[in-house]
Amino acid sequence: MAKIIETEGLTKKFDNLTAVDHVTFSVEEGEVFGFLGPNGAGKTTTINMLTTMLKPTEGRATINGHDIAKDSAEVRRSIGVVPQEYTADEDLTGYENLILCADLYGINRSVAKERAKELFALVKLEDAKDRKVKTYSGGMRRRLELACGLVNHPKLLFLDEPTLGLDIQTRQATWDYIRTLKKEYGMSLFLTTHYLEEADSLCDRIAIIDLGKIVRTGTPKELKDSLGGDVIELGVSGGSNLTEELRRMPEIIDVRLEGGNKYRIKAKEGEEVIPRVIDIAKRLGGKVTKVSLTKPSLDDAYLEYTGKSMRQEEGGAAVWKQRITMRRARA
Amino acid sequence: MFHGLWALTNRELKKWYKVPVLLLMSIVQPILWMALFGRAMNIGALFSNPGVITGNLPPQVSQQLNQTLSILGNQIMEKTFGTSDYFSFMAVGMLSFIVLFTSMTSGMSIVWDRRLGFLNKVLTTPVARGSIIMSKVFSSIIRSLIQAAIILGVALLLGLRLGPAVSLINVLGVFAALFLLSLGLSAIFLSIALRSTSWESQMAVMNLLNLPLLFASNALFPINSMPDWLKAVASINPISYGTDAARQLLLYQPDMSRLMLDYAFLGGFAAIFATIGIILSWRLLSR
Repeated sequence: MAKIIETEGLTKKFDNLTAVDHVTFSVEEGEVFGFLGPNGAGKTTTINMLTTMLKPTEGRATINGHDIAKDSAEVRRSIGVVPQEYTADEDLTGYENLILCADLYGINRSVAKERAKELFALVKLEDAKDRKVKTYSGGMRRRLELACGLVNHPKLLFLDEPTLGLDIQTRQATWDYIRTLKKEYGMSLFLTTHYLEEADSLCDRIAIIDLGKIVRTGTPKELKDSLGGDVIELGVSGGSNLTEELRRMPEIIDVRLEGGNKYRIKAKEGEEVIPRVIDIAKRLGGKVTKVSLTKPSLDDAYLEYTGKSMRQEEGGAAVWKQRITMRRARA
Repeated sequence: MFHGLWALTNRELKKWYKVPVLLLMSIVQPILWMALFGRAMNIGALFSNPGVITGNLPPQVSQQLNQTLSILGNQIMEKTFGTSDYFSFMAVGMLSFIVLFTSMTSGMSIVWDRRLGFLNKVLTTPVARGSIIMSKVFSSIIRSLIQAAIILGVALLLGLRLGPAVSLINVLGVFAALFLLSLGLSAIFLSIALRSTSWESQMAVMNLLNLPLLFASNALFPINSMPDWLKAVASINPISYGTDAARQLLLYQPDMSRLMLDYAFLGGFAAIFATIGIILSWRLLSR
């Protein structure tokens, strides 16, 4: 499969702050790729470089085969961007905004009108399209941004924190749109988020980024598995000791007997292991009194890789200054 | 090179003509200037009614003297202002005034686009960087010219006396000069605003420059009667050239060589600053 994004040692420095530090990754065509990381990790800066709004200090990247530094016009033509902030013109209507976006891509008017119809249906804004954007709610504005990002039928769509500050219903709806895009348009998506469940439910692959560096890349499942599997707690009364027998199963990583008749089992594919564990217990004359299964969440993986401390929300003057530099650089 | 130019210009204009109050507000000021300043500073009256001095003389002498003074006064007015009517002189200056003020405010819109995120969106589309600044320049020119046309109409109603042989061509010539003036001025103020995120500082620049630029030109008073240092400033101030072209065409017997100089200066001014603006927008809009 062709690579839609390829980066090599991509780096951005602002004065003495390295916001993105030698980041190398690639995204396959048709893939939903997520950048997961705490605030200030360098997610937006990476997007800004990939969408040609910021020039990298070092390293290179290609989008759809076009170099972001040398061939930026071609890059812009093949991508759609849904930025973190609202970018629509509040004084115009939703429809006028969308047509303006189409004009900026040089799409001819009759095609633009058709796309507008299609996209307003997709994001369910048909009834509001002739109202000024000023009157839209937060969720409606997000949906309009999404429609604008799709107007050129991009091969690759960038979504920067697509559900930041949205209520649960709108968030679910946004996820549905994103799944639709992947399924029906075969679009590749690059999204940043700090919501773990979002990354978990949408992304084919995730890169966890922290302090400008990618600390781990993999599918959500790989990241969770890398923590050492599911935990099964089993209570058994009577019968002989199960430990030996359980250790023989290939899926089981570790067994510990805790307090007489309680086993703590670490295993891969916990759901499938449980029935067999129960069979073994019965075979050895025991009676299962209690079973529980805990799957590691992406939260655990995330905290494992990015550490548990809060990021730069509090801290000395230097940190505060850094944050201000970053904000300015983004604006 | 200018892909997306029309779409962006159209957006600017749409935001403007959808809110007629904006147009009204922006022409109220020059109209007030004309009505108050232009009418109150009735300089011609100083000479046409000099009864104060001649009050004690015998009626015949006094009448003669009055006549002479009045003729003399007319000549002084003609020599100083090129017309015996100060109101007409300053009303034409108001055309440059409205162009200056409209062009200055155009810088604000790029600051707002940056703050409200619109600029970021545009930067991710294939729109040429030069179009982003030029669209604002052109919308500012169009607004300036429409406002100038309204001001000219109001000035005629308030008693602007046109020169002897004013034709449609003259009027088009005036707007050509104002076009160049607005092009250069808008490009300057937009270039200043390209990198700015603070509209306060943009306001400060506007407030700092608007009146000095106006007074250090021939818009309200002729350059000839200024002290040398001010003369030097006024003679490189593009507003002087725009105003002079407009006066030559609307009030005076046009002096071709001066008119040519006016257009050449304005053309050079517009070309230089538009080029600087485009080059800066390539460099400064993305980092």
